[in-house]
Amino acid sequence: MNELIALSAAEAAERVRAGEIDPGELFDAYRQRAAADDLNAFTWVADEAPRDHDYAHTPLGGVPVAVKDLFCTEGVPSQSGSKILEGYRPPYSATVVRNLAEAGAPLLGKTNQDEFAMGSSNENSAFGPVLNPWDRRRVPGGSSGGSAAAVAAGLAPWAIGTDTGGSIRQPAALCGVVGLKPTYGACSRYGMIAFASSLDQAGPFTRNVTDAALLFRHMVGQDRRDSTSLEFPEPIELPRGEDLKGVRLGIPEELVGADAGVDPGVRASFDETLRLAEELGATLEPCQLPHASHALSAYYLIAPAEASANLARFDGVRYGLREDGASDLTTMYSRTREVGFGPEVQRRIMLGTYALSSGYYDAYYGKAQKVRTKIAEDFRGAFERFDFVITPTSPWTAFELGSKTHDPLAMYLNDFCTVPMSLAGIPAISIPSGLSEGLPVGFQLAGPAFSEPRLLAAAYALEQAIGFDGSPARA
Amino acid sequence: MLDRDQVLHVARLARLELSEEEVERMAAELSHVLDHIEKIRELDLEGVAPTSHVIDVVNVLRADEPEPSLPREAVLAAAPEPLMDGFGVPSPGAA
Amino acid sequence: MGAPPVPDYEPVIGLEIHVQLDTRTKMFCGCELSFGDPPNIHTCPTCLGLPGALPVLNARAIHFGIMIGLALGCDIAERSLFHRKNYFYPDNPKAYQISQYDVPLCRGGRLGDVRIHRVHLEEDAAKLNHLGASGRIHGSDRSWVDFNRCGTPLVEIVSEPDIHSAEQARDWLILLRTTLRQLGVSDVDMSQGSLRCDANVSIRPAGSTELGTKTELKNMNSFAYVAKGIEAEIERQKRLLDLGEPVVQETLHFDPVTGSLTPLRSKEEAHDYRYFPEPDLVPLLASADMVAAARADLPTELPAERAARFEQELGLHADTARLFAFRAELGDYFERALAAAGANGGAGLEPVELSNWIAPLIERIGSDADPAESNVSPESLATLATMVKTKEVSRDAAREVLTHLVAEGGDPRRIVEREGLGAISAEDDGLGEIVDRAIAADPAAAEQVRAGNMKAIGPLVGFVMRETKGRADGGEITRLIRQRLQ
Ligand SMILES: [Zn+2]
Repeated sequence: MNELIALSAAEAAERVRAGEIDPGELFDAYRQRAAADDLNAFTWVADEAPRDHDYAHTPLGGVPVAVKDLFCTEGVPSQSGSKILEGYRPPYSATVVRNLAEAGAPLLGKTNQDEFAMGSSNENSAFGPVLNPWDRRRVPGGSSGGSAAAVAAGLAPWAIGTDTGGSIRQPAALCGVVGLKPTYGACSRYGMIAFASSLDQAGPFTRNVTDAALLFRHMVGQDRRDSTSLEFPEPIELPRGEDLKGVRLGIPEELVGADAGVDPGVRASFDETLRLAEELGATLEPCQLPHASHALSAYYLIAPAEASANLARFDGVRYGLREDGASDLTTMYSRTREVGFGPEVQRRIMLGTYALSSGYYDAYYGKAQKVRTKIAEDFRGAFERFDFVITPTSPWTAFELGSKTHDPLAMYLNDFCTVPMSLAGIPAISIPSGLSEGLPVGFQLAGPAFSEPRLLAAAYALEQAIGFDGSPARA
Repeated sequence: MLDRDQVLHVARLARLELSEEEVERMAAELSHVLDHIEKIRELDLEGVAPTSHVIDVVNVLRADEPEPSLPREAVLAAAPEPLMDGFGVPSPGAA
Repeated sequence: MGAPPVPDYEPVIGLEIHVQLDTRTKMFCGCELSFGDPPNIHTCPTCLGLPGALPVLNARAIHFGIMIGLALGCDIAERSLFHRKNYFYPDNPKAYQISQYDVPLCRGGRLGDVRIHRVHLEEDAAKLNHLGASGRIHGSDRSWVDFNRCGTPLVEIVSEPDIHSAEQARDWLILLRTTLRQLGVSDVDMSQGSLRCDANVSIRPAGSTELGTKTELKNMNSFAYVAKGIEAEIERQKRLLDLGEPVVQETLHFDPVTGSLTPLRSKEEAHDYRYFPEPDLVPLLASADMVAAARADLPTELPAERAARFEQELGLHADTARLFAFRAELGDYFERALAAAGANGGAGLEPVELSNWIAPLIERIGSDADPAESNVSPESLATLATMVKTKEVSRDAAREVLTHLVAEGGDPRRIVEREGLGAISAEDDGLGEIVDRAIAADPAAAEQVRAGNMKAIGPLVGFVMRETKGRADGGEITRLIRQRLQ
């Protein structure tokens, strides 16, 4: 049994396709682990894989995938970590989930998350926090904390999550797995319960870069149901290159400089990775992203503003929670939403509503959109000189449960290094670069739009050089 | 930054019934966050075009061709108050 | 000095019209449009506002929108955007309506004598039904939502405040309806709600250029009610101003049954729709090709152009020209009759002479009826008008023939023959003898006419008309009387 779990997803898929592994057994091995989950990573686990597939003849070979709660899955609870959607089973499935199922990755289970993807610690889930498999007193990061923890702990061979301002990359970093936030538009958003529509992107969580490339290959594609989705312009090959010859890496001073508040252990791991990159042939130079230090402010206006509208549909009329009694319509709305949404979601709805309200739009939302323009320009400028921009994924490693919940602003600072790429809509990957005091550290590479194949290749080369051992978390 | 009345006004717009204590807490927390966010006001962004879409795509259109709708049972399955084959709500005109 | 003059007020009216487009599917999803189907059978994740669902624009709705813009002479924006308009209501499933805000599809333009401010696209709300005997919102405890209508493509047309009377508003709305109907983009049926009209009404002292405080009128769901509602509001505002009381800016609900205007309960919240660009949709670029395709689908002549042609080329009275153009079925009928008259040689029948027979026809078939569906063929009407022109039948007798035609159809000549309604126009038809009797019967009148008082000729003519049952030609009677009394 443990033999099956030890295989990477790509290896497992290959073995199923070669007829060496029974996909049913593989599914069952993971199903049992997921069902025995004691990290609270899963909110729902499947009984079995759909039997109407000849998995040996599918590209993903029946290797099951764990799916963040906010992806709609037909007939299966899809609650986005919220009490307001407790027990909600949608009548349709998200395009990405369907794409994966068709490619031969059946649904293993739904993973816990911060409510409506708002959070960086998974402590905002209505279904309880997820524990970090490296240290159960610590958070797995968020918002896709369940997916990250499930992959890190070997409860799932791979998983998908969503990233709005860092929700794939940061938990990947804190759990010691690979997390890719794709170019905005690469994966369909249809069926993803929206947080901030202009930022949300689906992406893979995997044990290694090769698995990430394989899963990502079957997630992408233009979807006629998502006007903002695009055809990926080239095939996504599995990465091979083992060096970084001629690759120019830019280190943005605004995000990595002395004032950026990067934890010393994280910095040490980052510096060590830089050394390895140079050894592999990369050139390193500081670069400027002059507006990056304002990215967090812009993000915390744009994302809540969009969220305030996206979450307005949770009104107790068609689905989900209703707090009614003998109340009038307005009271029904207000009470339902007060009871159904957790404090962080309410805070962001308030912030977003305020930022859009009459008299404040120009000063807040309008201004944030202009900052967004400047940040995208900054990156375009940087990519004229550099292939990739690199930073630590998170300024720190996994923190203790409860240690930041009382200071929203401190929690928001988790996203300091990940938010600029989200605003620019560009791809970024986090790979484990080592440990600091026994906890994983993430290394982030970001490239121009649709540079994922090159980004994955560079990440792969680094991964080989780093030789990170993720297995302690899967013990 | 944000006073009680503003918080109440925004909460009404957002249809959130905040308790007295929550109003106070929200006012403090939002003010704290806004203090930080305020920094972008310092930027001179005169003449900069706003970005609402990062992708350079226009005219995504759908042919006017019918697709199957959902069966009504599925539509009403999650309704908190199914009523007359529809979704029941407190009447907006009720006192 | 007398009392201060009662100020004379000028109403200033702008209309906001919502038109449901006659596409096959909804604005943002593939659900079919329907009317009167069982509730909640034309819905999907998108139009129900289910979590995770996304909108995709209907190409035909855009095409129709551009056609409307072109027909109204608007500038079609090269680039327009969709916005979210945020408000909570049970008929608004996402709690935002996707609409256009500061960059609409069409701006400017003109229809008839009223300028167009803008035209934009949006989605319709669901239908909110109220339990209880009356089915009305007030007094009902529970309501229920049917999402079949939700997401139907809508075009909102906003006029400039160029309208100055209730009748003008109604007539212009009829012109707009005819124009849209001719474009084939909508049923434009007010009773079914596919055409809805709100009015912004203010009044100001005549001669002033400042605008008064305006109110918004809703729920005027027929052309007659539009006129009635606006008229009632103008009168209400006049009374207020005459009493020195201010007009309050508010939204008023018109009750067609009582004709009363009630303020809609002002929401606790002043409207703050928090518009922002819809991130789920990309910008709309009306390319030259799209505009050319829309232009190619426009009819060759729009009602406003037709009215101008009727007036200027055919010499119809302005009112008649507009009536025929705005009510296309009348214009069509008239043109067919005109063609028939021309084919018959027409005997020099002027279009305006023919046009004068449309009104009596409508009088007889009902003011809203389509004459093409009556028993009177355009050819018959042309024949009848020509017979009057050639004095084969008197005007009065022709009216009687028309009554027969409406009742039974057929050939007017046959009816004239059968009913003995042919004109008596000459001495030898016996008209001279009747004129002689008329003079004999009223010597006093005859004496006055003889003395040069032509006003006194009336009773004598009337006598002859009575005797001939209207078959005699009025001009001929007068000529014969004067001949005898010179
Ligand atoms: Zn639909």
